[in-house]
Amino acid sequence: MSYQLETAAHPESLRRVAIDPVSRVEGHGKVTLLLDEQNKVHQVRLHIVEFRGFEKFIQGRPYWEVPVMVQRLCGICPVSHHLAAAKALDQVVGARQLTPAAEKLRRLMHYGQMLQSHALHFFHLCSPDLLFGFDSEVTRRNIVGVAQEHPEIAKRGVLLRKFGQEVIRVTSGKRVHGTGAVPGGVNKALTVAERDELLRDIYQIIAWSRDAVHLIQKVHMQDPGLYNSFGIFRSNFMSLVGHNGDLDFYHGSLRARDDNGKAIFDGVDYCQYERYIEEEVKPWSYMKFPYFRALGKEHGWYKVGPLARVQNCDQIPTPFAERERKEFVDYAGGSPLHAPLAYHWTRMIEMLHAAETIKDLLHDDDLLADNLLVEGERAFEGVGVIEAPRGTLFHHYRVDENDLVTMANLIVSTTNNNQAMNEAIRHVARRYLHGREITEGLLNHIEVAIRAFDPCLSCATHALGRMPLEVELIDAAGQRLHALARG
Amino acid sequence: MSQTFTLDGLSIPFTDGETIIQAATRAGVFIPHLCYHPEFKPHGSCKLCTVKVNGRHTASCTLRAAAGMVVENNTEELNAERRALTQMLFVEGNHFCPSCEKSGHCQLQATAYHLGMMSPHYDHFFPDRPVDASHPEVLLDFNRCILCSLCVRASRDVDGKNVFALSGRGIRTQLIVNAKSGRLADTDFTVDDKAAQICPVGVILKKRRGFAVPIGERPYDRAPLSETALAETAAAGEEGV
Repeated sequence: MSYQLETAAHPESLRRVAIDPVSRVEGHGKVTLLLDEQNKVHQVRLHIVEFRGFEKFIQGRPYWEVPVMVQRLCGICPVSHHLAAAKALDQVVGARQLTPAAEKLRRLMHYGQMLQSHALHFFHLCSPDLLFGFDSEVTRRNIVGVAQEHPEIAKRGVLLRKFGQEVIRVTSGKRVHGTGAVPGGVNKALTVAERDELLRDIYQIIAWSRDAVHLIQKVHMQDPGLYNSFGIFRSNFMSLVGHNGDLDFYHGSLRARDDNGKAIFDGVDYCQYERYIEEEVKPWSYMKFPYFRALGKEHGWYKVGPLARVQNCDQIPTPFAERERKEFVDYAGGSPLHAPLAYHWTRMIEMLHAAETIKDLLHDDDLLADNLLVEGERAFEGVGVIEAPRGTLFHHYRVDENDLVTMANLIVSTTNNNQAMNEAIRHVARRYLHGREITEGLLNHIEVAIRAFDPCLSCATHALGRMPLEVELIDAAGQRLHALARG
Repeated sequence: MSQTFTLDGLSIPFTDGETIIQAATRAGVFIPHLCYHPEFKPHGSCKLCTVKVNGRHTASCTLRAAAGMVVENNTEELNAERRALTQMLFVEGNHFCPSCEKSGHCQLQATAYHLGMMSPHYDHFFPDRPVDASHPEVLLDFNRCILCSLCVRASRDVDGKNVFALSGRGIRTQLIVNAKSGRLADTDFTVDDKAAQICPVGVILKKRRGFAVPIGERPYDRAPLSETALAETAAAGEEGV
């Protein structure tokens, strides 16, 4: 758990190599490497260079607008933001317990999103690396190349994602950026025709999801030396867990473990998140660095997302996915697997679980009910936490007596993985780039490590007014004359 | 009703005192408009309903029909001018449809779709207009005001309260609330007032009801602007001016 390679001792004498932009991820980021004359690596940083500002401009807006507005943070996982905000604002309108119909419809929307987002990431963004090799011919290393050489795999990727998008459409009104969840419940139930159309395809979707788990399992096991060590670092990990320790993407309590799998905290009410998690800002990135308060900045950082969730839960409450989880845990050998490339395997287990859960929900007649909204005693603060495709997502709002938002704090899934991604690329840089001539294929190794986390960089940079900033005045000889710093 | 004028080649009957837009609407011909409402006296300010009468531009909501008039309405030239006016309205305020609860039942948005507006075209003004959330039941979001004055007319002519007014001149014209504090909470405005029902955009909003109607069931999801406007006029019947 070190910060080695974060800051070079003498950057002025080093050569700078940039991967800008990092490709096949959501949003805009870049990696900078500082190398000496022998190509030895002295500094590696993942920078998030785009800037959003949602936490600021949501202030002064009416609270019922928030779930629809904040989902515009992202075009891939808007449902996560939509639902996390709605969950926070349920507390504001006093909806302590949603109607069964409303909760199940929200779950259906969320699991549809989990399916489409995981399919998009695995098939469209990562399968070129995994099927062709990290330093394969660059012109072929994309989804078009996959479609040419593995048309069946590419087709399934497209159709799995399409199905997930359809689930989102029937529950929220649109495939992207709908309006289904409102504070206190949802605004629409499913019609019989909508349910039956989804039921027609769901068994095929489950079958393809099982095949996807077996595909990545096979790829992983074909080269365990690479897949178990590439970009590896040890860290704490955290996720929500549901009732009885079930894997649950929609609701639960917070559980964190250390790198050996020992509990750091468990059963934590997520409304108390501020007592457990702190965020640090660093001057070279728009993305914050969260850590567990109890362990401090140096030792308290952690990872989230599929690799954390599948190893943090006690079981998965659907049979096929649970069987795959057990296989994964057996493979890991009784202690947590920290290999970043194992994210892919666990991501596909989660996609299978999402498909099975959608099937179960579609057989529940509550989805057709018309009792969709509740309200109770008005409150002025709410916290909503959800497991988004990329990990734990926190939304926290305060609302005044006139119904306007006065404070918003978002800790986005990718932000939770900030230090983890930096550690992974530093490991890759040390292992593959150190002292070697830099090639495109070697630089792609860095990107492969980042992609494993499925980062959403546009989601993760939203803290207007709090970004760290450094301004330096340097004379013609390179001497620093004056500097100002904030953050 | 033996008198007629022609509108895009159609013969439109009218009665004495009827405006062009009234006669056209009754005959089932839609003329785009924003500040016109069949229940209120015309205001003639938005200029969306501009037509050409005997070759000259004029607002169809204010000009009385006359026998033998030759009126152009649905032409490429006039629709391009209406589109430009709509674009100006979009950039003068802060109209962010993606997160606006009026989306799908906003007449400005529907007009933009009707006219095939693909972008705002002009530079945004991004005015700084704070909302007035002081009233317990109604929110005023001035960011979206298009100065149609329908709330002014409704509050004055129907509610008898004079809660709203347009203040200032030219580009500085703004909607104000008739209270010493300038706050809606300090007026006798109620959620049942006609003025609370009339806003064609997203300024006067009943609180805590946003997004209650799902996508697909909002007024302009169900029927296009032209049909909705004609049905609205039919419902208003002969009670209009």
